[in-house]
Amino acid sequence: MPAVSVHGLTKKYGTSLAVNGLDLSIEKGECFGLLGPNGAGKTTTLRLLLGTITADSGQITINGEPIPARARHSRAQIGVVPQIDNLDPDFTVTENLIVYGRYFGINQETLNHRIPALLEFAELSHKSNSPINTLSGGMKRRLTLARSLINDPSLLILDEPTTGLDPQARHMIWQRLRNLIQQGKTILLTTHFMEEAERLCDRIAILDEGQRIAQGTPVNLIQEHIEPHVIEIINNSESIRPLLADQQYCERVEEAGETQFCYMHSPDTLIQLLAAKPEIRYLHRPANLEDVFIKLTGRELRD
Amino acid sequence: MRLPRPSLRFIPIWRRNLLVWRKLAIPSMLGNLADPMFYMLALGFGLGRLLPEIGGMPYIAFLAAGTMCYATMNTATFESLYSAFSRMQIQRTWDAILNTPLTLDDIIIGEFAWSITKSGLSGLAILCAILILGIAHGPNLLWLIPLSLLIGMCFTGMALIITALAPNYDFFMYYFSLAITPMTLLCGVFFPTNQLPLLLQHISVLLPLTHAIDLARPLVAGHNPHHLIVHVTVLVLYGLTGLCLAINLIERRLQR
Repeated sequence: MPAVSVHGLTKKYGTSLAVNGLDLSIEKGECFGLLGPNGAGKTTTLRLLLGTITADSGQITINGEPIPARARHSRAQIGVVPQIDNLDPDFTVTENLIVYGRYFGINQETLNHRIPALLEFAELSHKSNSPINTLSGGMKRRLTLARSLINDPSLLILDEPTTGLDPQARHMIWQRLRNLIQQGKTILLTTHFMEEAERLCDRIAILDEGQRIAQGTPVNLIQEHIEPHVIEIINNSESIRPLLADQQYCERVEEAGETQFCYMHSPDTLIQLLAAKPEIRYLHRPANLEDVFIKLTGRELRD
Repeated sequence: MRLPRPSLRFIPIWRRNLLVWRKLAIPSMLGNLADPMFYMLALGFGLGRLLPEIGGMPYIAFLAAGTMCYATMNTATFESLYSAFSRMQIQRTWDAILNTPLTLDDIIIGEFAWSITKSGLSGLAILCAILILGIAHGPNLLWLIPLSLLIGMCFTGMALIITALAPNYDFFMYYFSLAITPMTLLCGVFFPTNQLPLLLQHISVLLPLTHAIDLARPLVAGHNPHHLIVHVTVLVLYGLTGLCLAINLIERRLQR
């Protein structure tokens, strides 16, 4: 039985389709990433899974429980880190965890036992009695993660868990999430950071306009959709632009402002050419998930 | 349109609000006590000197009954407008709760119960003020506590509808200008409603604060209220209709 199973899920807001016939299947113990530009339907999908909004059509089951019919029951086994911070500003760190634990019907004795361990996990033991407004962004995010674990959930739903964090804080969250995956928890996360998805996720689905447009492991997605080498020609590319159309140098070119992105299987001929032109600044790197993402969803802004 | 689905799961939400209140209990109770006391002292003695007794009551006692209803109405209204709106829209507390095994009905019923509790505390403060100032005495005064819960229920239900519809805090001014202020002036807080022109008297009968005051005034005077069932029914109906509408409206709002 998969942890999450979604079939033909559709949700309309007015006349616009936020989610359009989505299928997903997430195995137990898996870390699954939902990627997509703004407005692709990621957050709407998560809210549908939690049963806080209802679908226009389609089926959802979580650990075998049909949603939304058994959503309340199912949420008892789910931990949620929302995109927008909603810690309780009237309370201290510990009070936030106590009050949230009560919403799950967890008794005080169990909470007294769990909370110190969660604070340690989030490296917030020294802040246990601090008010929320004295915490940094990273600490708030860690507390939100600790809060999502108060019911010892089997499934974690994380909506952009590291957005707005500095690299140190982000790495710390990643480390904690890996830890949770090792403990056997199933994780479903949305993110805009391809690096995050590549590092954490076993499998990824890319959404656009409410539909799944690609799915696979990070490595497979890169192999399947994109040439392995990328050379970014950052400036002064005018002199060689005509050459880039030549398959001998480069199989596919994308232009973004000044920069030319050249995709290819063998980079040597283009590198030789560039080596002779010191005025051109370029970067040679392996293809990554971001290249796949941009190829599939386009370069134009989604506001 | 559906009916509320009550359950005891509202209790953790009620306890959350209680925990917040406990941090601010002293200034909150002081406000509950001081504001009506100033009203009763200033108007009661100021106007009271000019007025003979009204309906066999000294003016200050007449005013105390009105003030008790008016202040309790305000407590419920402020809690269910500004505080509830903050939790819904600004702090996103309700969003956080909806990700747990609680439901929207639990949240709204929790808010409803909390606002009623706060109204009761407000009523208790005014009862203390009445006793401290020696305005009235007698066992009938104790009925002011359940009455304040009833008034809290009525005005919480009404205010939650406004909160459900509000795009922002400024929207609440419509409710104050078009509902709360007219009620304060037309329902007999400061003078008997039979002083009003007939049309306004008819309007006044439809407003819930009138019924609250018709219950409070005899209790302060030491009598038993007339038409008890009618007044209680009006207050309960306003409150429960409000609760029911608010749940439906907020459910629709959060689906967006």
